[in-house]
Amino acid sequence: MLDDALKNRLKLKEILSSFRGTENELIPILQRVQEQFGYLPESAMLETARFMAVPESKVYATASFYSQFRFKATGKKHIAVCRGTACHVRGAGKIQDTLERQLGIKEGETTADREYSLEAVACIGCCALAPCIAVNKETIYGRLTPQKAVIVVNGPVREETENAQKNHAGKPGNML
Amino acid sequence: MHKVNLVIDNVAITVQEGTTVLQAALQNNIYIPHLCHHPDLKPAGICRLCIVDVGGQMLVSCSTAVVEGMMVKTGTPAVEKVRRLAVELLIAEHDAACLTCGKNFNCKLQEVSRFVGIDRERLMELQAAERKPVDNSHPFITRDYNKCVLCGICVRTCAEIQGASAIDFALRGYATKISTFGDNPLRESACESCGECVERCPVGALLPVGFEQPAREVETVCPFCGTGCGLLLGARGDKLVSARGNPGHTTNKGRLCVKGRFGWSFVNSPERLKTPLIKKEGVFVEASWDEAIELVSAKLSQYREEEAGVFASAKTTNEEIYLASKFARVVLGTNNIANVAHLCHANTVRGLLPVTGSAGMTVPAWQIREAACFFVAGCNPTEAHPVIGMEIRKAVREGAKLIVANPKEISLCRLPHIRLPLRPGTDVALILGMARVILDEGLLDEKFIAERTVNFAAFKESLEMFSLDEAEAVTGVARDLIREAARVYAAGKPALIFWSMGITQHSHGHNNVWALAHLAMMTGNYGKPGAGVAPLRGHNNVQGATDMGATPAWYPGYQLCPGYELYPRFNKFSSSREKFEKAWGYKLPDTPGLSTVKQFNAKAKGWGGTGMWDLPQKIKAWYIIGADLVHGVAESEHVRRSLEQAEFVVVQDIFLTDTARLADVVLPAASFAEKDGTFTSTDRRVQRIRKVLEPPGSAKADWWITCEIARRMGYSGFDFQNPGQIMDEIASLVPLYGGISYARLEEEELRWPCYDENHPGTPVLHVDKFLRVEKAEFWPLAYIPSPELPDEDFPLIMTTGRTLPHFHYNITRKVEGLSNLCPEDFVEINERDAAALDIRSGDKIRVISRRSSVVSKAKVSNGILPGVVFKTIHFTESPTNMLTSAEYIDPVGTTPNTKVCPVRIEKA
Repeated sequence: MLDDALKNRLKLKEILSSFRGTENELIPILQRVQEQFGYLPESAMLETARFMAVPESKVYATASFYSQFRFKATGKKHIAVCRGTACHVRGAGKIQDTLERQLGIKEGETTADREYSLEAVACIGCCALAPCIAVNKETIYGRLTPQKAVIVVNGPVREETENAQKNHAGKPGNML
Repeated sequence: MHKVNLVIDNVAITVQEGTTVLQAALQNNIYIPHLCHHPDLKPAGICRLCIVDVGGQMLVSCSTAVVEGMMVKTGTPAVEKVRRLAVELLIAEHDAACLTCGKNFNCKLQEVSRFVGIDRERLMELQAAERKPVDNSHPFITRDYNKCVLCGICVRTCAEIQGASAIDFALRGYATKISTFGDNPLRESACESCGECVERCPVGALLPVGFEQPAREVETVCPFCGTGCGLLLGARGDKLVSARGNPGHTTNKGRLCVKGRFGWSFVNSPERLKTPLIKKEGVFVEASWDEAIELVSAKLSQYREEEAGVFASAKTTNEEIYLASKFARVVLGTNNIANVAHLCHANTVRGLLPVTGSAGMTVPAWQIREAACFFVAGCNPTEAHPVIGMEIRKAVREGAKLIVANPKEISLCRLPHIRLPLRPGTDVALILGMARVILDEGLLDEKFIAERTVNFAAFKESLEMFSLDEAEAVTGVARDLIREAARVYAAGKPALIFWSMGITQHSHGHNNVWALAHLAMMTGNYGKPGAGVAPLRGHNNVQGATDMGATPAWYPGYQLCPGYELYPRFNKFSSSREKFEKAWGYKLPDTPGLSTVKQFNAKAKGWGGTGMWDLPQKIKAWYIIGADLVHGVAESEHVRRSLEQAEFVVVQDIFLTDTARLADVVLPAASFAEKDGTFTSTDRRVQRIRKVLEPPGSAKADWWITCEIARRMGYSGFDFQNPGQIMDEIASLVPLYGGISYARLEEEELRWPCYDENHPGTPVLHVDKFLRVEKAEFWPLAYIPSPELPDEDFPLIMTTGRTLPHFHYNITRKVEGLSNLCPEDFVEINERDAAALDIRSGDKIRVISRRSSVVSKAKVSNGILPGVVFKTIHFTESPTNMLTSAEYIDPVGTTPNTKVCPVRIEKA
């Protein structure tokens, strides 16, 4: 436990060491921190505040302004529900409702067993497959219905949806 | 400043250049609705209510500067339309249950909506059904989001006034809210509980918990630290109900810290002593004043000279301390008169007398913001002297440089700074290292050294024997950091050095003080506004306690007692015994007396120096005023034993402290709110405190009690009708206070020296020549290690200190809210040391020193040096001074070595 904390501190130190601590670096630092830890741990934000000599409330204020930053650890399966226009029109709201019910968490939360977390995101660039979700940034499941969504999240992964991702040009996961 | 002419609503007005349109209008009694504007804060332009029409353009008047010939219209249809929309959007989010709100009739939103006009139907239509949770986590502040108008005044107050920045705007759009870091409850945030935001909140979103409107307010001075903030104390009937900062006071300018604003309720405590108590067969029995005074005077008559000891309280007034000093010398014929300064700044006072002639803070507190560089050594102003902390933060935010020398990461370190994390007790080495850099790199003020000082060659010689390598090895601070700090200090003029207990509570504390003073002398930082030294005094009147001669070495006004001409250059001031014998009409003792540690600890000896401090301790009877010595003195077991073994002890206090429990007679005293008098603040300002209430029960002011005892013992010179008369006697005998009278204090801001009734007082010390010594004197210096060092059995160094919500052991512990903010003792320990001991935050631990062991809780942090632990001083359940040592005291200042105490820590 202590070892983990220490390891994380060292990782953070490494991240911070590539910055000078000027004001305009706050968002890039937070992005790197989230890349490393999957979210913004309070301890990392405090350390960032210390490093930049800015108030910790400022770090939180800035981070909370942007929807890209998360303050809770994500689950092993992090599900991003696309709420972009195309998905919205094709029933993304229902997809999200169903997943919230199924997992027993609200958007932005993580299940108690840390298996799943749910996040609503803007367009992930797969409008042709709307409505769609992305799991762990990498796997896109498209043309969902609420029932299908439950299956792809809980059950065995079906080939056709995996193929959907391969057919799609570019790496949409990066746009999360 | 140029004047600017403009027209607002057909009214021609003239204002100063740089004024905003809103200010111009308000100054000329033209109301423009506004919410986010506050005169103490920079304009923000957030609420958009103050919108006006300037030549057809819509402008936000709080952020628009006046321009010559400007034509402003405040009420065009377009302006009114925009304004109404803005107000309605705010009201839609505002819980308008005005009659139940603490800000009713004092609310800016009411003012705006009255001006704009909102009808009932529209209000009902607008009101949100959803209620947001109220943050009731804080003992003094309620945060109700249902009333927040997001004006950001609290955010800006926290940043601009307090400098804590505990809150900010979080989230965005409709979800925007004022939030702490991580949206945690206020009590668990970086909030310093000063209440400045509550004072300025325009609506009822921030309210003091349990606020009662006072029926009367009295102008007085805060009773906690030595900053000396002006206080408006509010009362209803026979109890205190409120306190607010005096806006006209030059030090605090209306601001207060958590103790000043919320800590007054100890005065109302049911635990206050209300009647004299006499111990009969081990039990206290209530007694009449007549009975108690009779017993005390009969008993004290049996002990004189070396058998009697007096302890004066730094919490009481100058007048009362003066009387205690006079009482000891006249009535008991002894120089055994001590006060709490011997545990804190005696090293500063006795240390600086031969160097710069005075230990007073060189500049007034309001000049702190004029300094270009702060060297904060062994001192944590934002917790122990919070209003001075605010001033430092303000100056640093505006560009002043900050150097922090402390083994602990103090909250000032959140600002840009250079931190010198030195090992406790190695201050001299650090400062000599800096001095060496200044010398080597020619950063000296040679003109100042030549014209205003003597003996630089001797100091220089001692410096040349000291290298930066040695500084690095001894202090553990990298030499580059020391070099950088020295350069920044030497370049940043005027520079101000702050210190307190981290410098003085060492058995070589006076060397630390000398070193700091030398740093200021070699860079010419004396005698100028914003420059010099600021030894921050802990108690509200510990400066006065030293001024009034509650110390064996001098009579009131630093006029030396016989046997204390210890400094060669003081010979010409020699003893003032004859002067005081003549004035007081009695023969005065000609033998030196014992200061605090020595009064209670016969074994204490000077560290590296001997002589007069090794006098035998023969005290059999004590008269102790307002001090809980059983907890206050290092190695407190000796105090307990001395008092238990004493033949007679009388304690005068406002509570039955652990010290009072050991007394034979306890006399109930009046608190600061129940008497008149003066306190002298850390910046030498003599200020009136005023009576707000009658003391509880039959409690009496300390000056009255001391006079009664003296009179009953048959002594004259104690016939005072009021404290003003005592001040007149002080003025007649103490040149520094020569021009001070109650009449003048009503009108003027006076800092000593104030020699006569026409003297304007002295804001800046040492302007043309140094006080008393004329030229400052350098002394050769060398680093002396602390007497007690860590070893295998006691590997960690314990250092001690105050926390923000508490003062000492009694008064703040009686305030429920302050105890809520800091409910129990803790020991801050570095995460590496904690990991080695398998200790986590919150674990119960045992702290063991060579003297004793106590139980506390761990607080794991990376803000303290490895090998060092920090323990608070406030909790008598975990008495820190059971652990500390008083074996070696400073040979000059007699202060014990509280700040370097080797300990071992175990899981309990």
